Amino acid sequence: MTVAALDLAAKPRLAPGVRLKYDDARECWVVLAPERVLMPDETALEVLQRLDGQKTIDDLVNELVTAYEADRGEILADVTELLNGLLEKRVLAL
Amino acid sequence: MNAPRNIGSTLPPPMAVLLELTHRCPLQCPYCSNPIQMEQVKGELSTAEWKSVLDQAAKLGVLQVHFSGGEPTVRQDLAELIAHARAVGLYTNLITSGVAANKARFDAMVAAGIDHVQLSIQDAEAETAEKIGNYAGAQEKKLTFARWVREAGLPLTINAVVNRHNIDRVGAMIDLAVSLDAHRVEIANVQYYGWALRNLEALMPRFDQFEASIATVEAARERLKGIIVIDYVVPDYYARVPKACMNGWGRRFMNITPSGKVLPCHAAETIPNLDFDSVRERPLAEIWAKSSAFEAFRGTDWMPEPCKSCDQREVDWGGCRCQAMALTGSAAEADPACGLSPHHAKLRAMAEAASHAASPEFQYRRIAPRPAQSDSPEPVVG
Repeated sequence: MTVAALDLAAKPRLAPGVRLKYDDARECWVVLAPERVLMPDETALEVLQRLDGQKTIDDLVNELVTAYEADRGEILADVTELLNGLLEKRVLAL
Repeated sequence: MNAPRNIGSTLPPPMAVLLELTHRCPLQCPYCSNPIQMEQVKGELSTAEWKSVLDQAAKLGVLQVHFSGGEPTVRQDLAELIAHARAVGLYTNLITSGVAANKARFDAMVAAGIDHVQLSIQDAEAETAEKIGNYAGAQEKKLTFARWVREAGLPLTINAVVNRHNIDRVGAMIDLAVSLDAHRVEIANVQYYGWALRNLEALMPRFDQFEASIATVEAARERLKGIIVIDYVVPDYYARVPKACMNGWGRRFMNITPSGKVLPCHAAETIPNLDFDSVRERPLAEIWAKSSAFEAFRGTDWMPEPCKSCDQREVDWGGCRCQAMALTGSAAEADPACGLSPHHAKLRAMAEAASHAASPEFQYRRIAPRPAQSDSPEPVVG
């Protein structure tokens, strides 16, 4: 799968009209968006919780590299794919 | 990211609830989704009663609440209800015609925390739009309302219902949505029950018009990728597979009428012999779990053939119960929109005939309708 490269200085945030919340009834996190409810998997949740509109993609990758003691290239590839998907779904905005 | 799953074998909580705050509306669209017998203002739930509904919905696990009607902004307490919904953690969506609220009322809704707005248009062209809604000056008010939504930084969806009078302008409606900086445009062909069924001949587009609209939508999707999301709901009469109406009866969704009756779908009252519980008499959680109207077509046990043994039975859930009722005379039949339904050919023939008939005058939706000349078309039974 080819994934468009992202600007590492960009600061993704939840798109307007999108909220992330913990749902007590289902005991899981949910993304609430216009006409949609999504349930983020662990990786997506981790990323969504770390993005606050202040943090750059570069900052995010650095945090994850530290947190998981993982290879930067692998993390960057995973994050790029995930963010592209979330941008396309309009969960995130740049 | 995955779509929500059912949790174990227990009944999962509903995802969304639509509140018909009132049946009052300045527009009189001849395909209105409200029932023929609309509810009077004196029977509407009070502010306190709606707040209790919101409390119960949030506790039950509802995630999204749609404020609808009629026209919800004619309720003076709308902003208060939005604020309450947000306070109990619900995602709030306003479904409006955009003609009834002034700027101060709109600002109050924004301050209350509305998350998303769906604004209806009847056409891209004012003259036809205002004839469909039977409201002079509606278009300008709608365009102004759309601008307020975007100026407030809220995401906007434009809802356009298409019929034989405007389907040739699907492209112009998409362009209008783009010019209003909408995030999404939902173009839906009329669903024929209630008011729309009374107006079948006045509304049904020809098959060639429908085909042209599909080509227009597909080209627009390609051209506007990343600019606007275009959802197109095709007409059941020209379909081969039924829609997963309500994502399955009693699986995800509740509709509450102005007086508090809880319905599995907004048109469920067109099905005779269903008993609907009211939030005035029974807790919402109990209604969701046990109301006989919800139990009637929940899951797959109620299904006849061809649904029962169909590998799509948990995909489309048998389609629309109300359409089965309106067109076959039985709500427990397969949706005649399905190519496997024995009534499908007659459905298509009915659409063809209606679409080629001269368009009669609209029978506009009214709170106290005059008796229809011949009421709704005969079911295509037998």
